[in-house]
This record gives sequence, structure tokens and C-alpha cells, in this order.
Amino acid sequence: MSDLIQIAQQNILTSVGLMERDLDRMLGELTGQGVDAADIYFQTSRLESWVLEDGIIKEGSHNIEQGAGIRVISGEKTGFAYSDELQLPVLTEAARAARAIARGGAEQKVKVSGSPAPRQLYEPINPLPSLSEVDKIDLLQRVDAEARRQDPRVKQVIVSLVGVQDIVLVADIDGRLSADVRPLVRMNVHVIAEQGGRREQGTSGGGAREDFNYFSREERGLGYAREAVRQALVNLDAVEAPAGTMPVVLGPGWPGVLLHEAVGHGLEGDFNRKGTSAFSGRMGEKVAAECVTVVDDGTLPGRRGSLNIDDEGTPSQYTVLIENGVLKRYMQDRLNARLMKVDSTGNGRRESYAHLPMPRMTNTYMLAGQHKPEEIIASVDRGLYAVNFGGGQVDITSGRFVFSASEAYLIEKGKITRPVKGATLIGNGPEAMNRISMVGDDLKLDAGVGVCGKEGQSVPVGVGQPTLKLDGMTVGGTEQ
Amino acid sequence: MIDIAVRQQELQQLVEDLLQEARRQGASDAEAAVSRDAGLSVSVRLGEIETIEHTRDNGLGVTVYFGQRKGSASTSDLSPQAIKETVKAACNFARYTSEDPCSGLADEGLMARDLPDLDLYHPWGVSVEEAIEQAIRCETAARDRDPRIINSEGASLSTHDGLQVYGNTHGFIGGYPSSRHSLSCSVVAREDDSMQRDYWYTLSRRGEQLQSAEAVGREAAQRTLARLKARRLSTRQAPVLFQADVAVGLLRSFIGAIRGSALYRKASFLLDHQGKPVFPEFVEIHEEPLLRGGLASAAYDSEGVATRRQCFIQDGILQGYVLDSYAARKLGLQTTGNAGGVRNLRINSGKLDHAGLLKTLDSGLLVTELMGQGVNMVTGDYSRGAAGFWVENGEIQYPVEEITIAGNLRDMFLGLREIGTDVESRTSVQTGSWLIERMMIAGE
Repeated sequence: MSDLIQIAQQNILTSVGLMERDLDRMLGELTGQGVDAADIYFQTSRLESWVLEDGIIKEGSHNIEQGAGIRVISGEKTGFAYSDELQLPVLTEAARAARAIARGGAEQKVKVSGSPAPRQLYEPINPLPSLSEVDKIDLLQRVDAEARRQDPRVKQVIVSLVGVQDIVLVADIDGRLSADVRPLVRMNVHVIAEQGGRREQGTSGGGAREDFNYFSREERGLGYAREAVRQALVNLDAVEAPAGTMPVVLGPGWPGVLLHEAVGHGLEGDFNRKGTSAFSGRMGEKVAAECVTVVDDGTLPGRRGSLNIDDEGTPSQYTVLIENGVLKRYMQDRLNARLMKVDSTGNGRRESYAHLPMPRMTNTYMLAGQHKPEEIIASVDRGLYAVNFGGGQVDITSGRFVFSASEAYLIEKGKITRPVKGATLIGNGPEAMNRISMVGDDLKLDAGVGVCGKEGQSVPVGVGQPTLKLDGMTVGGTEQ
Repeated sequence: MIDIAVRQQELQQLVEDLLQEARRQGASDAEAAVSRDAGLSVSVRLGEIETIEHTRDNGLGVTVYFGQRKGSASTSDLSPQAIKETVKAACNFARYTSEDPCSGLADEGLMARDLPDLDLYHPWGVSVEEAIEQAIRCETAARDRDPRIINSEGASLSTHDGLQVYGNTHGFIGGYPSSRHSLSCSVVAREDDSMQRDYWYTLSRRGEQLQSAEAVGREAAQRTLARLKARRLSTRQAPVLFQADVAVGLLRSFIGAIRGSALYRKASFLLDHQGKPVFPEFVEIHEEPLLRGGLASAAYDSEGVATRRQCFIQDGILQGYVLDSYAARKLGLQTTGNAGGVRNLRINSGKLDHAGLLKTLDSGLLVTELMGQGVNMVTGDYSRGAAGFWVENGEIQYPVEEITIAGNLRDMFLGLREIGTDVESRTSVQTGSWLIERMMIAGE
């Protein structure tokens, strides 16, 4: 797969007249006494987006970003500078600024050589030209028509389509040169339905590391339209949500946002190195119910959160975080792995060249259990069944987390009865993980829409889980 | 620092070039914006340097119109070659987007004519060493505050200077430099099994107007300590006092609901509310875009339209909407100079300070933190995670956490009883604390 390196070199370096020997020289300047690690991250990224609203193609836009970020690490210290001008004098100046973090010492020679990615999880394509402009518009219009066709109560439809090609090249002072070409497409459908003066919304969407044809295959785009309408119509009939602590059953797939918030962030290496996570110092301990096994898996072909290599050149991995309730591993980037004396798990990610890498999730999900979903619902006397969510948030230190249901139902005497309005669910990560009492056999991953934010940096991620039951969780409704 | 006026001239030239290139490629109209930002950000943790970041960001965006079809493109590359290609990309999109009768530049007659200096640019010139020294003093002040402060997420100082220019083919061109500096600190405290963290920050356009490093550190420590041994509450209804920094979010939700894009999409709980009461009679909300030194001040909006002082709520009644030219045309109205948002939003304060508010609250919940995104702008339904303090007889009793508060924004706005004099001034939307009559609290 050294052709990935070739593609990256051609797209980033050759076009601005930079040679491999320029890399060697710049990296040489980053070496010296006190420097533990240093790398240069080159990136060029093309993004295209289309918006259909009120039945017309309202917006089309294009964005090109390119630049390089230069990082020098000495102990726990990091020096960082970046530039969007890929010219040797500018980059050299940036290198000196970053290098100032560690003083003194003689420079050493560096010679980079390409290390191929171990596997190819997605094609190294540019998704933007995969459909003609006319076909993209046709796709948007068909999705719009499908949504409107579902029900006369649909009053507003917004469909957006985004494609990105991200090419990265990472060179470090150990001479490692790695590259990745990452396609990513996403479609989103938002509808508003109206009935007797009441308005409600529904959203659905999906995406993958593929080209735009992804949305025509298996009628995915049309499926998002139907799903968004279905949600909006369900919400038109929703009654006030209950308030208080009760059993909560979460549907499969996207509700895996629970894991992302309740345990995912808390198991990122940086917080645990610093001892600021509710999970700090608990390696090998039981942190969840025995039926819980959670993994972070960057190796799933074509998935939104997958990566051939992370943004430090480390191949992505399948990492078991919690096994049968026992904490097994944190997610690591190189800096935190080195300081904690473990190996990087290939979770070093950054939003762009203008941001520093840190440990981030890829696709985080819970493995399937034994129970039938119907059996899980039937076990609840009075509780909530939540199947769709907006975003979530966590306070790493106290472990408190929230996630907001956008489609939920009451469970009464083992049966799903009425839809209720969206409500925020709140809990404490370690406690919630111990209250999981039943895990379904229906593991599902989300449709490919996740965006994770941490310290101001956004990266695409995936989540997933089977149907599961939490014995008690606080539901933030308005009905006592 | 190279003379900022020279740099501004360069960017203005770049915008002129973009507009000319757009015309040359056949656009009937075009608008372009260019920005440059340079900064330094240092962070320290446990008394040691953690990161030193030198930032430098460029941005260029162009929108072209072919009659009433439009296309946009942007890049971080400001080279002449990139200008040609970016304009070309935008023009290509305009061949495929639809005729939209509401599309186009804002009306020519509305362009800003006076471009006063709003006193937004005060470069600090703080050196890396000085920045580190301040950050360390800040974190040390927090860590020395109390033995229960057992860990730290560090302190950061950042300073940014930027320059932005906007122009369009009506002949409007404007630009201004601005600066922004901040210092923040976040620490972790433990007592028995309870581990908590909190933070504090100061932000200003002038370095010398920042709160002292020690004050920021002490406040961060104080806030963190106050959270220790937080309890839960039983599910109940109670009055809720939103501390000023979280009340800002409620005011932002109000603005979001009267924004033109939400209204023409019928995606707002305040649809058709103009002329109707949205708040109690004592409430007035207005925007002051021309405030000297304000965090969001600008003499023109992101379409070149002159901004002006305007009132959104008077005597509790909704006076008008927040509109850009597109939304205005969709609604058959005129733009309010709010392309790009509202600038320096204020709500009138009452007479009570924080202690006075607690007295008036008497028995209820003081909210100091909100979590999650549980605000539905279509229905106004509101349900968010919260932390804060339980108050009885006007006195704080104990910290609370892992609860939610829920209601509907329409009822919450009408149920607003008091606005404090304790105004949050670090944000462009400014308000004192809000006392709201009644909300549902979910807990144990």
C-alpha cells in the first residue's frame, strides 16, 4: 500500500515543489537532545456540500484546506506550530518555533522511508467526482420527493449531501513515513411535520468511507427520507415524558452514544495519565456489569470512524476496553502511551494539521449478549424505551454524562405503549455501566453520522450496541 | 508587528481581486471575505509547560451569483492561483444550483457608509516566557488554595490578533483588525469518594483588562471545591435560578428562535410571535453592535449591511426578528443587519444582586452548569442535565448534581421573575442571572 504514500506525496508535496530530502532536512532540525518525538503532518482536504431546501437546490459549496503541523515532544511538553503555506522557508520557521520547546543539543540526520499501511479498509478514492453534478442533484431531489410522498403532514424537507477527501502524510524523526487517503460521504434529511397547529421534527442520515453511490445503493438515501418522516410523525403523537429514575431500555445502534459518553471518553489515555478520569487507576478492576464488553474498533471496512492509520501513522486496532465488566485497556496516542509505558492503540487523532493529536475514539461499541430484544422489553414494568438520540456530553472527572433522546416510548407492564417527547437522560458512567442488567443479541452499528467533539476538535466516529437495559437511570421529562 | 494598515490594504486588494475575477468569469454579482489570524497559546500543568502552540490561520471565501443562482467556495490558501481556482469552483456550483428568487446580495441602499473605528484591536505582544509565567501563577493560585485540590488540568493563556475584510460588487468594502486574549484554569478536587473539576476564565480584547492570573486561579479552585460531595435531589417541581453564565444560553435560545432562517422554515417555537408577549412586561432585550471595544462589535454585518442599535423585546413584547437579506426576502421583510448573528446582545437587569436573587428564590435550585443539547427549537421543549446548589431560606445548603431540569422555553420565558445585576461580561450575549418561577427537576 505504498501507493498511498505515492498518492499523498503527489497531492501534497510535489504540487508545491517539496522533495523527500526537504522532509529529511526539516525533520533533522527537529531532532536533538531532549527531544523524545517529533513529527510533521501534511494534509490536503477537499470538501463539497449541497443543500436542498423548499424543493430547490439552494446551496453548493466547495472548500480546500491544506497545510502542515509540526510537533516536537520533550517529556510531557509539546511544542506546536502550523502553517497553511507549504513553502520551505515558512515550514522551517514553524519547525523552529515548535523546536523551541526543547533547548540545545546537536541535530541528527533523518532519512524517511515509507512504511505501508497493514490493510486497506477503504478505497483511496476522491468521492467528489463519483457522481456528476446532475446526478447529485437528481439524488437530492429523489430523496426530497420520497420524504414529501410519505405523508401530507410533511411541510418542510431539508436534504444535505457532503463529500470529503482527506489526504494525510505523516513523517517523524524516527524516519517513519506513513500516508492515508480517506474518503468520507454523508447525507442528512431533516423534516418538519405539522398536524393541527403542532409541529415536530425528524432527522435521519448516514454515511461511510465510500463514494456518493453509497446513497443510491440499497435505496439508502430514500430510506433516510422515510425514516426522518416516520420520526417526525411519531413525535406528533408524543405525550409529556416522565420525570424521575426508572428502568431504561435502549434500542440497538445509534443509542450506543451511551457508551461513547459513559465510558468512551473516560477511557482515553490522556485523562488517565493525568488521573483526572472517573476511571483513573482502575485498570483490571470491575467497572461494569459482567454482561458488558466494550471495544473500540478502527478496523471495520468502510465505516465512518475507521482509519487505515491514525494521525500519527499507527495502524488502527481492535481494542477491548472492557471485557465481561473488567477494565482492560485505555485508548492511547503515542505521547500518552510513552508516558504510561504502553503501546499506542492507534487512537491518536486530530481534526486537522492545525490541531494537536490526542487519544480519540474510532468506532466504539458493545458486543452482543444473550437476550432477545422482546424479552428485555417484557421484563420492564414501568420504564422508558429510547431508540433515537441527539448528542451527549460527559464530565470526565465526576463521571456524570447526559444524552438526549429524540424518539422514546413508555414501557408499561412489559409493553411499549405511547411515544413520549424527547428528554435528556443523565447518569454517572461507572454506576450506569454496573446497572446494565440485560444485553440483547441484536448488535447494530449506527448509520454513519457521528461527530465527536473534544477540546474544540471534531472528528468522525461510529458507535453501536445491542438492545440493552439499565436498571435505573434518571429521565428528564416533565411528568411526575 | 508589521503595520496593520498595510496588511489590511493587502487583504482589501485580495478581496478586490476576487470580485474582479468573479466578474471576469461571468458572475453578475459576487461577495468575498478574507481573514488572517495569528496567535500564541501556552498551557501549563502541575507547574510545568505542557504545550506551546503558534497558530496562524488564513481563510478566503467567495460567493458568486449568476442572476439568482449562487455558488460558494472557500480555501485556506491565499495565493493568486488559489483565487482563480476558488472563484472557478464557486462559478461551477452556480451552474447547478436552482433559481432562487430570494437569492442575491443585500440591497445596495442598505450598505454601511460609516465605518467607525470601534476600538477592537489591542495586540498584547506578550512573550512566550511571560505567557508561561502568567499561566503558572494562575495554576499555582488554584493549587495552593486548598489541600483538597489534588490535581489539575492546567492553565492556558492565549492571545490572538486577526484581520478581516469583506467586499461585494455593490462597491462595498470594509475591514478591521481585532484582538482577543484569554486566560483559563481548570483544577480537580477530591474529598472522600467525590472527585470534581471546574474551571474559570477571563477574556478581553485588551490584555491589561484580563482578570489577574491569581484571581482566575482562585475562582477556578473555589468553584471546584464548592462542588465536592454533591448530592442528588428527589424528583420535584421548584423555582430555578440560572446563574448568569448559564442564563446566557437561555438568551441565545431566544435569539435562535427569532432568527429568520428558523422562521421561514417554520422551525421555531416563536413563529408568528411578533407583537405578542414573549417575556413578562419588565423585560427589554436589545442589540448594540456599535459598542466600542465590544466582543462582537461591527459596523456592518456579513453582507455589508449597516448594523444599528435595535430592540427585540420591549415591555416583554417581541418587536421584530433577527434577519439577513435572504430570510428577510423569504418572509417579505427587510434585513435587520443580522447576517452572521446578533452583536452585543443585552437584557435589562433588575435591582437584585446574586445574594438578593437567592433571597427571592428562597427555596429552590441554583443552576451553575448545564449539560447536553436537549433544547428542541421547533417545540421549545427543554430538558437538560444540570448541576448547582440547593437553596433554602435564601441560603445555599449543599451542591447537587446528576439531575435534569425540564420545561418549555415559552413557559420559562414568560415565567421569568427576576434578572440579576450580576452580569456575565465575557460573552457577546450578556445577561445577569435569571430566576424562573417553576421547572420540573428529575432526580432520584
